[in-house]
Amino acid sequence: MSQGNMNLTLKVWKQKNKNEKGRFETFDAKGISPDMSFLEMFDVVNEHLISSGKEPIAFDHDCREGICGMCSMYINGRPHGPKQGVTTCQLHMRSFKDGDTIVVEPWRSAAFPVIKDLAVDRSSFDRIMASGGFVSINTGNAKDANNILIPKYDADDAFNAAACIGCGACVAACKNSSAMLFVSAKVSQLALLPQGKIEKRDRVLNMVKQMDEEGFGNCTNTGACEAECPKSISLENIARMNREYLKASLT
Amino acid sequence: MASSSKINAKIPEGTLEEKWTKYRSTVHLVNPANKRSLEIIVVGSGLAGSSAAASLAEMGYKVKVFCFQDSPRRAHSIAAQGGINAAKNYQNDGDSVYRLFYDTIKGGDYRAREANVHRLAEVSSSIIDQCVAQGVPFAREYGGTLSNRSFGGTQVQRTFYAAGQTGQQLLLGAYSALQRQIGMGAVQLLARHEMMEVVKIDGKARGIIARDLVTGKLERHFGHAVLLCTGGYGNVFYLSTNAMGCNVTAAWKAHKNGAFFGNPCYTQIHPTCIPVSGDHQSKLTLMSESLRNDGRIWTSKKQDDTRKPNDIPEEERDYFLERRYPAFGNLVPRDVASRAAKERCDAGFGSGASKMAVYLDFTANTERYGKIEATKHNLHSPNKQEIIQLGKAVIKEKYGNLFDMYKQITGEDPYEVPMRIYPAVHYTMGGLWVDYNLMTTVPGLFALGEANFSDHGANRLGASALMQGLADGYFVIPYTIGDYLSEEIRTKVIPTDNEAFVVAEAKVQDHINKLMNIKGTKSVDYFHKRLGKIMWDKCGMARNKEGLLWAISEIKSLRQEFWSNVRVPGDANEFNSELEKASRVSDFLELGELMCIDALDRNESCGGHFREEYQTEEGEALRDDKKYAYVAAWEYKNESDYKLHKEELKYENIKIAQRSYK
Repeated sequence: MSQGNMNLTLKVWKQKNKNEKGRFETFDAKGISPDMSFLEMFDVVNEHLISSGKEPIAFDHDCREGICGMCSMYINGRPHGPKQGVTTCQLHMRSFKDGDTIVVEPWRSAAFPVIKDLAVDRSSFDRIMASGGFVSINTGNAKDANNILIPKYDADDAFNAAACIGCGACVAACKNSSAMLFVSAKVSQLALLPQGKIEKRDRVLNMVKQMDEEGFGNCTNTGACEAECPKSISLENIARMNREYLKASLT
Repeated sequence: MASSSKINAKIPEGTLEEKWTKYRSTVHLVNPANKRSLEIIVVGSGLAGSSAAASLAEMGYKVKVFCFQDSPRRAHSIAAQGGINAAKNYQNDGDSVYRLFYDTIKGGDYRAREANVHRLAEVSSSIIDQCVAQGVPFAREYGGTLSNRSFGGTQVQRTFYAAGQTGQQLLLGAYSALQRQIGMGAVQLLARHEMMEVVKIDGKARGIIARDLVTGKLERHFGHAVLLCTGGYGNVFYLSTNAMGCNVTAAWKAHKNGAFFGNPCYTQIHPTCIPVSGDHQSKLTLMSESLRNDGRIWTSKKQDDTRKPNDIPEEERDYFLERRYPAFGNLVPRDVASRAAKERCDAGFGSGASKMAVYLDFTANTERYGKIEATKHNLHSPNKQEIIQLGKAVIKEKYGNLFDMYKQITGEDPYEVPMRIYPAVHYTMGGLWVDYNLMTTVPGLFALGEANFSDHGANRLGASALMQGLADGYFVIPYTIGDYLSEEIRTKVIPTDNEAFVVAEAKVQDHINKLMNIKGTKSVDYFHKRLGKIMWDKCGMARNKEGLLWAISEIKSLRQEFWSNVRVPGDANEFNSELEKASRVSDFLELGELMCIDALDRNESCGGHFREEYQTEEGEALRDDKKYAYVAAWEYKNESDYKLHKEELKYENIKIAQRSYK
C-alpha cells in the first residue's frame, strides 16, 4: 500500500553550511502515495539517495504532528506549502498532482541563517523570548490557582495567542522579514492576563528592542504573516502590541 | 523477597502522609554562596528538564541545558494533548491527595512505589498554581475559574487542560521560565547538542561528552551533578507517537556506565491513535484520551462488516468497553482499552482496509451538548439539525485542533464520520532506576520525568505524564538534589583535560568513526524499521515466552548486521542527520534486547506488560504478587549480559487487589 503512483520533480535548495553558497538541485520523487505527508515524501527521496550513494537532503523536523514548530520550508514559494493552517509535516501529498514540479527552499531571512540545505538557525526567537517573554515568578511563589479569576473571553484570547509554535513562517512570509506576529503573540498572551500585566511595560519594550537587534524588519501591514501562519495567529495581536508599545514608550 | 543490597530506594521513615513533608524539612541544604559555585548539567529541555533547570537556576546554581532540537521549546512534551492531573478537588466531586495516589497505584497495576506516588499526588496542586502564575492559559469557566475534565482510570474530574494543546502550553510556561534564567545569565543553553557519554570520576558523574550537531565537534562539559531529563524510549518500536528525534541514547549511555535500568518492558500502548495507513509511515499520531470523555468506542456486531459506519444501525453496534466495563465505560485505563480493541480486531470485528481499527464516535454527545446549548440559549423546540450544529460548536471548542489534525491526516471529517482508531506505542513507564531523591545508581547522576521509572508502575494513567515531569522538575529535585550537593561543596570545578574526559571523548570518537567507516549498503531506517517490527510483534501489546526468545535472537543478529552493513553518508564533522540516527538506532538495538529479557523474566501480566500465558478467564491481566511484586533493576555487565536486582514493593497503605474496572 505504501507504493503510490505519483511521480514528481523536486527543485530543492542545497547548501553545505552557512559559509558556502547554495544552489537548486533537481531530484525525482517516484512512487509517491497521496497519503504520505510532505516529509514522508522526503523520506522516500532520501532513502533513494542514500541507497545510490548520495547525500540526503537535510531538513528540520521532529514531532510530525504540527506542534513542535521544527519543520520549516517554502514549498512553491509559500511557507509550509499551499494549504492554510497546516505545517509542512501535516501537508499531505494529496494536495499535489502527479507530474508536478515542486520548488523547496529554506526560510529566507537575515535573522535565520541557513545551517544546511533546508535547516536554518532560529535561535534569534529564543533570544527574544529571553529578553522578556515570561512572567517573573520563581518556583514556589504561586498562590492557589483559583484565586486568580480570569474572564473566559480573555483566557480564550490569551490561549489563541499562545498557540504560536515559533516556527518562523511569519518571518518567512514577510517581505521585510518582520517578526512582529511572533513577538506580538507572546506580548498579547501575557498582556491579556492579570499575571502578566505587572511587567507589561518592560516586556514589550525589551522584546521589541531585542527583535530589532536580531535584524528582523518592520511590519509591512500587508498581513502575509497571518495568512501563512500554520496556527492562524491573528493580526490583532500586532495591533495590541503596537498599543502596548506606544503606551509603554509614553510612560 | 528482600531487595537487592546493591540498591537502596532511600524512602524516608514515617507515615505515608508525613514522609515528604518531614523529609523536605530535614534534607540537607546548600547555602546560597555555595550554590553559586556548584554546576549542574541538565540534558533535555522538556517539561522535566526546563522546569528543573529554571528552578535550580532561580535557587542560585549554575546550570547548563542541552537539547538536540534547535530550541528547548520543541522538546516532545510540546505534543502532549489532553491534560494534567491535580488533586485540587475544584469540582467538589470527592477528589483528594489520597484518591489521586490510590488511582495512580491501582492504574499502575500495583507495581509502583507508594512513597513516590504519594509525593507526586501531594505536589500536584502546586504545579497548577505555578503554571497559572506563569501565565499558562488553561481552559476556564464563565465565572473565571479553572475548568476540569475526566481522564481514564478515575471517577473524578481532576484534569486541567488547554484545549488539546496542554503539553504545549505547559512546556511554553516552563520554557519561558527557562528563557528568563538564560536572559539573566544563570543558565547557559546549548541547543542542537546531543549528549553522547557520561563522564565519571571516582565513581561519581562529573560531566558529559556532547556532540555539536551543527559542526559535529565533540565537547567536554563538567558538572557537579548531571540530570537526565531525556524522555522515553518508545521509538525503539520505530512507529510510535514519539517525535522522530526521541531516543534512548543519554539513558542508555548512563546505563552502560553503571545506572541500573528499571522495568524496561513496561511500555504504554495508547488506545486511540490514527491507524497505520502504509509502509511509508514515519510516525503515528495520537488522538487524545480526553476524546474518550465524549467519544464512544464501538465496532460492528458483525464480523468483516464492510458497511460505512453511519450505515450501521444503533442496535448492530457493540460498545465493547461499556459492555465489558460498565463502571468505567470508555474511560478505563489505557492498557485495558488497548487490549480490548486488539481483541475485537483480532476476532474480525475491526473496520477499514486493514481491519485493524475501531470507531470513536461523537454523535451521542454532540447531540447531548446541542440540547444543553439550546436550553441555555432559550431555543424552544429546536430541530435536530439545529441541535447538531450547536453541539458541534461545543465539540469544536473542546477538541477542535484534534479534529482538524485527524481530518488533515486521514482526509475524513470526524464531525460527520466516526474516527477510526487503533492502539499505538506512546509512553514508556520503564526507565533509569532512581531512588527517592531521583538519583540513579551512579552517584551524582539523576533521572527525571519519563526518563526514570519511578511513578507509574506498569501502566500510566492519562494526564499523569505532564504531572510527573513538572513535579520532578519544579518541586522534587530542587529539594532532593541538596542531599547530594551538600556533600559536594568542597569539590572544585574539575578541568576538562582530566583523564576521564579524555578517555570518554575518545570512546565517543571511536563509536562515530566505526559508524562512518562501515560504508555498507542499507540505510539506518532499514534497520530501525526491522527492529520496530520485531518489537511490535513480539514485545508489544501481547507477549509470550516463545516469541520473546525468538525476538532476543533476532535482535542479536540484526545488531550484527547493522554493525557490518549500515551506510552513513556524509561527513562526521558537519550537520549529519543520518549519523545522528545511526548512533541512536545502535542504542535501540541494545535496549530492545533488554526489554525482551525483562519481559521474559516477568512471568506474570501487569498493566502494559501482558504475557499471554498469564491471564484470567475473561482475558484480563493476571498478576503474581507473591513472585513479582518488585521493580526489576537491571545492571549492565557486558553486551547481552545483564544482572537482575530486585527492589521489593511494599504496600502498607493500599490493599493490593485484582484490578477491576467493571
